[in-house]
Amino acid sequence: MTAPKRTPLFDEHLAAGAKMVDFAGWEMPIHYGSQLKEHEQVRSDAGMFDVSHMTVIDITGADAKAWLQKLIANDVAKLGFEGKALYSGMLNADGGVVDDLIVYLTSYGYRMVVNAGTTDKDLAWMEQQKAGFDVTLKVRRDLAMLAVQGPNAIAKVCSVKPTLADAIKSLKIFQGLPAGDWFFARTGYTGEDGLEIMVPATEAPAFFRELLAAGVAPIGLGARDTLRLEAGMNLYGHDMDETVSPLAAGMGWTIAWEPAERDFIGRQALEAQKAAGVAMKQVGLVLEGRGVLREGQKVVVEGAGEGVITSGTFSPTLKHSIAIARVPAATGETAQVDLRGTLTEVRVVKMPFVRNGKKVFN
Amino acid sequence: MSQIPAELKYVSSHEWLRLEADGTVTVGITEHAQELLGDIVFVELPKVGAVLGDGEQAGVVESVKAASDVYAPIEGEVVAVNGELEAAPELANSEPYGQGWFFKVKPSNVADLDKLLNAEQYAQEIGA
Repeated sequence: MTAPKRTPLFDEHLAAGAKMVDFAGWEMPIHYGSQLKEHEQVRSDAGMFDVSHMTVIDITGADAKAWLQKLIANDVAKLGFEGKALYSGMLNADGGVVDDLIVYLTSYGYRMVVNAGTTDKDLAWMEQQKAGFDVTLKVRRDLAMLAVQGPNAIAKVCSVKPTLADAIKSLKIFQGLPAGDWFFARTGYTGEDGLEIMVPATEAPAFFRELLAAGVAPIGLGARDTLRLEAGMNLYGHDMDETVSPLAAGMGWTIAWEPAERDFIGRQALEAQKAAGVAMKQVGLVLEGRGVLREGQKVVVEGAGEGVITSGTFSPTLKHSIAIARVPAATGETAQVDLRGTLTEVRVVKMPFVRNGKKVFN
Repeated sequence: MSQIPAELKYVSSHEWLRLEADGTVTVGITEHAQELLGDIVFVELPKVGAVLGDGEQAGVVESVKAASDVYAPIEGEVVAVNGELEAAPELANSEPYGQGWFFKVKPSNVADLDKLLNAEQYAQEIGA
């Protein structure tokens, strides 16, 4: 058992009153008082998340593009200009999800951001796939990462970085911008507008304090989870893992089938699944009455079979429970969930649940 | 550091009890319990008139994080429940020993209270 790791912002969290917990081997803030208030802060104003536990990997070498076209299911050929971002699954040969990630096109090659809890296995997997390719991986532990999210997030970052304000405001969704050793990307995990900012670790605490002074509240992992769930975004290890096909986890849109000759890892398995018919699909569940849907609860669909809730919570925005579930493909508009021994009727909806502060499902 | 009022009784499943002047016993969950649960979003209370055994399930408290059973810490008949708490479950977070009470029982044997933990013993129990 090794001691949990600390991000460059550890002291700032303590100063802001964080309750710290062990998360994927990192000592991280779960909340700074109230998870519900933090959730509301991001939906209505602006909040910041320390995501420095996630791993930034710079990818260089003459074969970087060809290697990534083999390694991940989405196609980096779609990245038309520097700073552009792509979300993708990295699959194993059986089509299971090794991890989900973001990759940016940079001047030197590519930059990838992977999950904290999967970093070691990701790096081992990536090393294994390097044979025959001229490609170099560099893990950037010298960087910290802050996500600033919410309707006022971009304006508040601009107020702290006035010299970069015009450039930051010009970013379109899923675009990034290098600025010296810093990198600003208009991406996030909350369903709100905002930025994910990579910053040299030594400069991160001062930046955190500047944002705090500009009225950007620190937000813990608790609210991060309820925000991403309302946004209908997957969490690795819960909504999908190595045993789950991206086709059964709402990730079909991240698979680039064309060009047909691009032989990415997992392609054959996915093609076989498609030909045979994918048995399960991902849906959203809504419980408007009392009670809270939780991960692991059984979903019963009359005439179609059984499924499982992969993430569930109380939605602070909607004031009732929502969940992400993997259910039989034939599931219609309703299902039942085994809620602590009682089969309870829930509605089946298309996600997301909330986008830009508002309910979006019917 | 959790508040553990000296005048209350406690059980290790994190309920508190207060003997009222009319002989009934008010029950709620402790400050420590609400800290563990985090933001509370639903509360399910027992029915008035229900007779609960010592340690019997009396309700459910659901937070954003988890669902947790609430147990009757003493045998008796439920004589009142806190309807206000059902409408505003966050009271169990903000005022666990006040407006956030759960229910009142008329104990079968008031002397059972003496067997429960006092504040000092409960503090030891939770390592406070």
